[in-house]
Amino acid sequence: MQGNIACAEGALAAGCRYYAGYPITPSSEIMEHLSNRLPENNGIFIQMEDEIGSICSMIGASWAGAKAMTATSGPGFSLMLEGLGYAVMTETPCVIVNVQRAGPATGQATRPGQGDIMQARWGAHGDYRIIGLSPWSVQEMYDLTIESFNLAEEYRVPVILLADEVVGHLKESFVIKPEVEIFNRDNTITDKPFGTTADDGVPPMPIFGQGAKLLVTGSTHDEFGIRKVADPNVQDKLVNRLCRKIDNHKEKICKTESYLVDDADYLFISFGISARSSYAVIKQFRKEGIKAGLLRLKTIWPFTDDIIKRVANNCKVIFVPEMNRGQLVLEVQRALCNKQVVSIPKTQGEAIYPSEIYNEVKKYIK
Amino acid sequence: MSEHLHKYLRTQAFPTPFCAGCGHGILMGAVLRAIDDLQLDFNKMVFVSGIGCGAWIPSPHFAADTLHTLHGRPIAYATGVKSFNPELKVVVISGDGDLAAIGGNHLIHAARRNVEMTVICANNSIYGMTGGQVSPTTPKNSKTMTTAKGNPEEPFDLCKLTVACGARYVSRYTVFHIKPLINSIKKALVTKGFSFIDVVSPCPTQFGRRNKQPTLYDMMNDLKNRSIRYETAKSTKKEDLIGKVVIGEFNE
Repeated sequence: MQGNIACAEGALAAGCRYYAGYPITPSSEIMEHLSNRLPENNGIFIQMEDEIGSICSMIGASWAGAKAMTATSGPGFSLMLEGLGYAVMTETPCVIVNVQRAGPATGQATRPGQGDIMQARWGAHGDYRIIGLSPWSVQEMYDLTIESFNLAEEYRVPVILLADEVVGHLKESFVIKPEVEIFNRDNTITDKPFGTTADDGVPPMPIFGQGAKLLVTGSTHDEFGIRKVADPNVQDKLVNRLCRKIDNHKEKICKTESYLVDDADYLFISFGISARSSYAVIKQFRKEGIKAGLLRLKTIWPFTDDIIKRVANNCKVIFVPEMNRGQLVLEVQRALCNKQVVSIPKTQGEAIYPSEIYNEVKKYIK
Repeated sequence: MSEHLHKYLRTQAFPTPFCAGCGHGILMGAVLRAIDDLQLDFNKMVFVSGIGCGAWIPSPHFAADTLHTLHGRPIAYATGVKSFNPELKVVVISGDGDLAAIGGNHLIHAARRNVEMTVICANNSIYGMTGGQVSPTTPKNSKTMTTAKGNPEEPFDLCKLTVACGARYVSRYTVFHIKPLINSIKKALVTKGFSFIDVVSPCPTQFGRRNKQPTLYDMMNDLKNRSIRYETAKSTKKEDLIGKVVIGEFNE
């Protein structure tokens, strides 16, 4: 099965019952598949007039009680950023799939890229946090879509699945487990749907029609939802809780996988399809007797300094292969400021090949 | 507001933020009177609004579920709410800048798609909250903060637009014509499909004082004098309709 279809099936397995989207290469298969599969499963599919309408209608559906999703690629994701900020501010659970292509602007519509990593984290205005996951296989297009919904529901935050054209269009077999773990939001009616006693808490989220008389607003609001657009303390409290509810739960949110890292002199830190090429490279180096290992970030945002510091502790050089001019490497360099961290970028609008990584890294291995 | 309507209000949100002479309070009352007349279940209603003075009519004043959204996007949000839970009665109340300029795309497509919702445009012909800039419904030659020599552009006729897009019920009234306005809101609320009401509302603060109508009295008189019934307008010469406010129901 193709990665994009696996993503759509993962959404259904997670309980997604609302999809709004706009056609864009290379993500359209997700929408096409759900246009058939959602109505079969008592779900709603709607093709909106643009990506702004898509994300806004998804947020509306989420407040009406739906597990909701949209999928897009670079240009559409750019349009969705105002809605992303709104979802953060109103603590609306939702999933945005970005099947990344080569940019900027229209770029190369059918070619892969990983250039939206920083945009996903910082693209909307203001201070905020989101969760961003990165699948490296068709299996993970399925698994991490389910994980995206669970995290969105648990933390009341938009979750971005940062796929790319390669995993989106990759075809390989994968396993559908008969039972998957599902997290459903707490719909308890409360008079404080936007506040908790803890400064890093996630409040319950009543939905429309329950009689909760909800005041949902993208303007700064107190715990009751009442707009407080000039109160410095309310602004401070809200923005910090929105960030802390993610930051303070990094340990639970952040998922990584390590391959041959225990004795590694040379550590690769990568994500998505770039990590898959890196995996082939470390196996080659091992054959040659060179101690190379790979730390793969399944969760890109929030960024896990702790795990990276721990794994990289005894490594000599760290390499960060990625299909952009070097974005994630900036975070790795920040986290490992006392180490030699080398960027292995690729900006040719195609997958980064193991041979390319191998040849570049070879220069650093003595 | 009349005591029998207090049950629909978050009284702690009062007084409203509206300026002296603003017509939006009259529109707020008209919406609630229509709902009260129809005896609709307020707990099953969702009021969606965008950004601007008109968007503050339901949020935070209405004691129902309210969704105060991004500028221009309330109809897109409302589409999601209504599509996922058709049992909810969805009403969008927002301004002319919000619905007709930045949100114009969502307006025409929701009408075309015939999503069942009522869209009420609190049309004060100006960007009030941001300081009085020209809007897509500002009459030609009117003075605003961005058209000091008079608006050179033609205004939108939102009723003709939404009729053309397929809206099932379309009307225009002013807050001066309160009884027909309430009746029209009632008709819109029970319409099966997309309904749209353009409610012309005075803004003495940002519009009137720059156009020789500094008080509510001036603006209400102006609305009264410029209004012409839809049926009458049909047999009136085009040039005689310039500057007129055509009121009535637009669906034939």
